[in-house]
This record gives sequence, C-alpha cells and structure tokens, in this order.
Amino acid sequence: MIEVFDLHKGFNGEEILKGITTNFERGKTNLIIGTSGSGKTVFLKCMLGLFKPEKGRICYDGEAYSEMEEEEQRSLREKMGMVFQGSALFDSMTVEENVMFPIRMFTRQGKEEMLEKANEAISRVNLENANKKLPSEISGGMQKRVAIARAIVTRPKYLFCDEPNSGLDPKTAMIIDNLIKEITEDYNITTVINTHDMNSVMEIGEKIVFLKNGYLEWEGDKTQIFKTDNEAVTEFVYSSNLFKKVREAQLKGL
Amino acid sequence: MFYLDDIGKYVLMLRGVFSRMTKRSVLKDLIFKEIDDLIIGSLGITVFLAFFIGAVVAIQTALNLTSPLIPKNLIAFASRQSVILEFAPTFISVIMAGKVGSFITSSIGTMRVTEQIDALEVMGINSLNYLVFPKIIAMLTYPFVIAIAMFMGILGAYVAGVYGGFVSSTEFLSGLREEFIPYHLVYAFIKTCFFAFLLATIPSFHGYYMKGGALEVGKASTTAFVWTTVVIIISNYIITQLLLS
Repeated sequence: MIEVFDLHKGFNGEEILKGITTNFERGKTNLIIGTSGSGKTVFLKCMLGLFKPEKGRICYDGEAYSEMEEEEQRSLREKMGMVFQGSALFDSMTVEENVMFPIRMFTRQGKEEMLEKANEAISRVNLENANKKLPSEISGGMQKRVAIARAIVTRPKYLFCDEPNSGLDPKTAMIIDNLIKEITEDYNITTVINTHDMNSVMEIGEKIVFLKNGYLEWEGDKTQIFKTDNEAVTEFVYSSNLFKKVREAQLKGL
Repeated sequence: MFYLDDIGKYVLMLRGVFSRMTKRSVLKDLIFKEIDDLIIGSLGITVFLAFFIGAVVAIQTALNLTSPLIPKNLIAFASRQSVILEFAPTFISVIMAGKVGSFITSSIGTMRVTEQIDALEVMGINSLNYLVFPKIIAMLTYPFVIAIAMFMGILGAYVAGVYGGFVSSTEFLSGLREEFIPYHLVYAFIKTCFFAFLLATIPSFHGYYMKGGALEVGKASTTAFVWTTVVIIISNYIITQLLLS
C-alpha cells in the first residue's frame, strides 16, 4: 500500500502539486487521471523518488521514503517497476537483454537462470517470438509489453505506469490495460497508472484519483465516476463525443 | 554566475560518477563497448589526419628553409617537434572533441530525452556511474591513439619530405634523432591523459543535464564540442606553462 500525505512539489517557484493526500491499495489497479498539466507525471515521479517533494510524506507499506537512509531508499527502488510513457527501452539491447537487465544488475544468478526468468516474464506478456529483436524492430504495442516484462521481471511490490497505452490503437490499448490488471492481481502488487484515457478508466479503474491544477479534486472508483456531481470530473469524463452521447442517452432514460 | 553554477554542477557530477559503483561484471562489458566505440572507432580518422598533418608540416618547413646554411635535417627535427608536442596531442584532441564528444553528448542526451536515464534511476542504479565511468576508463587508452598519431605524423613527414624531394632519407632520419628529449614525450602524454579525461566528462555533462527534445540534443552536442575545445586549449596553455617553461 502507498500512502501520500500533504504532498507539495514545485519548479522554479511555481507550485505543481498542492497538498495531495491519498492512498493506493495493494492488489488493485489505481488510476491517476486529469487533463494535461494537472500534475499527474510529477506526482508519479515523486512516488518513484525521481523528484524530491518540498513538503509531505510518501509511505510504502507504512515506511516513509523521506525518512529512509539512502541505502534503504535504493533497496526500495529495487522493489519498484516502472513502465514509462515512451517505454524507455535501452536501444542497444535486444528484447531479452532489456528484460534481463534488472536481474543482471541486482542478482548474482547465472546466465541460464537469468534467461529463464526473462523468458518467463516475456511469455507473461505474450511476446515469445521477439526475444532477439532490438526495440527499433518491434511495434509500439510490443515495446510497451517489453517495458512491462522488464518492470515485472524482478517481481516488484509496486508497479508504476505512465500513460501505458498512449499512442496505441484502442484494441492494443485494451490488451495492455488488461495485462496490467492481470499482473496486479496475480502478483498482488500495488499498481499506480497515470492516464487520461477514459477507456482505461472504464476497463481497469478500481480506484481513481482525479487531479486538477495540482489539487486532488476527486477520488472514487469506475462506477462512482459516472455518477459524481463534481463539475471538473464530469467535464473531463464527458469531454469526448461518445461519452457525451452516452450521458445524454442516460439522462433521457434510454 | 551562470558559469560558476555549471562548474559546480560538473564537480558534483564527477562526485556522482565515482560513487555507488555498478556491478563489476556489467562494468567490464560496458568498458569494452566504450573502448570499441570511442577508441577503436576513432583510429581511422586519427591515422588519416595525423599522416597528412605531418606531411604538410614537413613541406611547409622545407619551403621556408631558403638559407643554404640551415641543414636539411631540420625538416625532420621541426616535424618531429611539432607533431609530438602539439599536433598529435592537442590538434587530434580538438578533432576528437567533435567526433567522440558529440557522440557521447548525443547518446547520453537521447537517453535523457527517451527517459532511459530515468529508467536506470528508478531501478536504483547510479546512472552517472553506469554511463560516465566506463567512458572515463575507456579513454585511459586514448594515449594509445595519440601514440599512433605521433607515429603516423612523422611517417607523413618522412613520405612528403623524402618522396617530395625536399630531403634525403638519411638526412631525415638523422634529423629525427637530433636533440631528442624524452621528457617531451612525457609532457605530451601527461597532457593527453588530461585531455582524455576532459573528452569523456565534458560531453557527458552536457548530455546528462540536457533538457528538452531532439533539437536540444543537437544543441547540446554543439555546446559540448565548443566547451571541450575551449577547455582543452586553455588547459594546454596551463600544462605547457607548468611542465615546459
């Protein structure tokens, strides 16, 4: 479980996160949503330890990150998996080497053992035939799967995904969403996903945190988000024509 | 103030490079890869440049020796001194600032833009050590490149001088051995080692701390080249003043 208390973060005098307090439960897919510039990525990067908050605390299973020694912070990071928006695969490494990389860095296992674990993660994301290919030789959807395989290969306790289905077609996006949900349940990990895709919200949103201008505007789940009276959330949810029409139909009782 | 801020950041970067070392077996592979990219990959251009620089120095020296009282073997002596003291260590290093420097800045800068450095940090890896330290170690073999450049420069001078009809082979070889001071080689290699460190670290600094997208990667490469050259030229003056005067 990740708990966030009164989190503040700014850049060059401008406050981006303005006192966020929330929590993300284990075994659930937790979504952070909001318009571009609402502070989603900064929030995620604070949780990853890439940005140091000016104020507030982030606790991982009860332990505050800011109060940990440097060595403890490093070992906590080893328990985190991250899927970046652009996949962030290492260009010079093959798919297999990319997935094997975290094990190679932190364990003293033999090559056979490492390969076995890497292949297990690769098959978990249904990507068996691309082991020897370079990231530039596979599609965007496959790159996302490799990124997920790399993130889960060390069996992390926390999985973070920054817009995992951006730039993907709706079908592939749905496959990626469901894959993340399955992994979260199978491995019983705390998953936090940044997105502004309403399809993801409908598909996997077990807990949803809505950010607006750096504030936590609303939180709930995927059924509550369609019933809320919060104006900012409603405006966000029904900003697409499809959802607008669904809403109109609902109001007309169709 | 802006430059002071950058100098401070550079020193802090160096501290980061030498702390929290990456696993030895991984480092070993990275170092061999960097030697291949930075050193072996630079041999061709170095050999080519050094040969022709040596040849031009020999021709120009020969054409300026108009007095019959000056012995012809001075062509070899002047070429040797120019190549060993300046052309091989400094001129080649300035060329390397363009070749190796822009490669380092653009490769690290692209990793920054595509969040690969963030990925390393999230995994708990010291990205500075992982990315920059192998480059510094690989550049320890840079004096080997300069030694080849010295040899090729003198060979170029020999070919241009002898086959161009400016000096006989015997005169050239006697001039080459005349008043040879081994300390000059020591001086040349001391400054080469210092330049190697600058060539590995200044472009890494510009790549690692760059912000923005593809356009900024290009800008960072240019800035890295300019600053590496400036620092090489200034440090060349200081080292020369300290070691030779």
